[in-house]
Amino acid sequence: MTIDQIQQEIIDEFSFFEDWMEKYEYIIDLGKGLPLIDATKKNPDHLIKGCQSQVWLDAQANQNGNIQFTADSDAIITKGIIALLIRVLSNQTPQEIASSELRFIDAIGLKEHLSLTRSNGLVSMIKQMKLYALAYQHKAQESND
Amino acid sequence: MDLSTTHSGTNTFDPKAIRAQFPLLERDMNGKPLVFLDSAASSQKPQVVLDALNHYYTYLNANVHRGVYTLSQEATDAHEKGREQARAFLNARSNREVLFTRGTTEGINLIAQCYGQAFIKEGDEILISGMEHHSNIVPWQILADRTGAVIKVIPVLENGDLDMVAFDRLLTRKTKFVSVVHISNSLGTINPVKTIIEKAHAQNTPVLVDGAQATPHLKIDVQALDADFYVFSGHIIFGPTGIGTLSGKEKWLEAMPPYQGGGEMIKTVTFEKTTYNELHFKFEAGTPDISGSVGIGVAMEYTQQLGYEAMQKHEQDLLHYATEGLSQIEGLRIIGQAAHKASVVSFLIQGTHPYDVGTILDKLGIAVRTGHHCTQPLMDHFGIPGTIRASFAVYNNREDVERLVEGVQRATRMLL
Ligand SMILES: Cc1ncc(COP(=O)(O)O)c(C=O)c1O
Repeated sequence: MTIDQIQQEIIDEFSFFEDWMEKYEYIIDLGKGLPLIDATKKNPDHLIKGCQSQVWLDAQANQNGNIQFTADSDAIITKGIIALLIRVLSNQTPQEIASSELRFIDAIGLKEHLSLTRSNGLVSMIKQMKLYALAYQHKAQESND
Repeated sequence: MDLSTTHSGTNTFDPKAIRAQFPLLERDMNGKPLVFLDSAASSQKPQVVLDALNHYYTYLNANVHRGVYTLSQEATDAHEKGREQARAFLNARSNREVLFTRGTTEGINLIAQCYGQAFIKEGDEILISGMEHHSNIVPWQILADRTGAVIKVIPVLENGDLDMVAFDRLLTRKTKFVSVVHISNSLGTINPVKTIIEKAHAQNTPVLVDGAQATPHLKIDVQALDADFYVFSGHIIFGPTGIGTLSGKEKWLEAMPPYQGGGEMIKTVTFEKTTYNELHFKFEAGTPDISGSVGIGVAMEYTQQLGYEAMQKHEQDLLHYATEGLSQIEGLRIIGQAAHKASVVSFLIQGTHPYDVGTILDKLGIAVRTGHHCTQPLMDHFGIPGTIRASFAVYNNREDVERLVEGVQRATRMLL
């Protein structure tokens, strides 16, 4: 599926929730179910420090050149949102990741988690995901030259 | 406008009537009636303060101290009335000892820079405590970097009290300045600042007290304390943002060079040499925050009229009620259990992150603060990433506490 198709899928899923409680219970469950990041990657090099919570992020290109993200956070709601971000952006091509417009966060009513006052590491994490994608894109171009 | 009659802070302390004086508390948040438990970060404003600000801009606005016309004189009178209210509030000796600043942070920076420039040399020690707000750490680090002075830190005990035995040991002839917080914004600890000042003065060392959290709760008397400098922020004591007060002993203020240059603070200016104006002007360059001084003046008067004894009784009741209620929750740990404590409860719940609890409380209409509360070294000391902090002001009530306890229970059920 393309990034946009996955985003639409998530928006559709979230439209079934009756209230904030159901929505947050689902996000908390996603957070609890997020596959663990490789323990060796949970180091300062992969740390994105927010004021409130922090995020660890790693990116690896697989054989066909798509990028695989793994991540973690100390806060479970942050982790749930990370799970959604990974579902949308992981296993896509660097080009698609770098040029993606993440509209689902606003559409499912989680925009507040990306506001400045939250400072939970998510905004920097999205930026970092795109930077990783750009870096892999460059690398791929160089090896093609 | 006679402000003393515009609210009912007369003889009887009526919590319901007091709450009704704060219009913002009537609003909703996320579809629920707002429970505001973040007054330690910034308090709400009573109608008298809102009216005073509106009155100033509607009827008195003009620049101060330099107009020959009547309106400017009236604005000046309103501005200087704020100073006199601040003097009376702090029981400072004279208006020359009362400066307006942008807030606590600016007050501390002013002293660190100006006192520092006049009196601090390489190898001198500046003594602060382990529970300081970043505002009372970083300005001293900047001074230390510039001068080669050394910062020493009074440790914090497990219960949230200052280690006064260590204080006695750390206070030496090398200590040239002490700067401590009166009430900790993260723990609520009320520090023995009078003892600290007495002991420091026995070594001829001046003391600055960060009163940001103390002024909304305690009667402050800078002469009785014998504080060399006392600083606080208007917005935490029911006044506007952007204004604060610094009270300092005249002998120090006279001996210190000015902080910033500009209008108001000068006597004569030529391109060769400028002479500085007298106190308090010397430290107040530029057009001041006139509506701010009007607003903070009314806010201080309002606080005094509430009556400290009754207010403290009310707040302590909320503190104990909250401590009791929260303590019933499994895995909940209160950080800061000093014997003398203001109405602040910082806590953590095993297996949850403060951010998650704060997010769910927000959805329930409950405003608390989460994180390190600008006291990262203190959080490191306790080995925690931060806390959830509920702070109670005079306008809170037992229902707020009940909503908090229920909210935390609900958050815990969702998160664990
Ligand atoms: C103890 C303490 N000191 C200093 C400050 C800084 O105050 P301001 O940001 O108003 O300058 C605060 C603010 O909450 C505080 O609680």
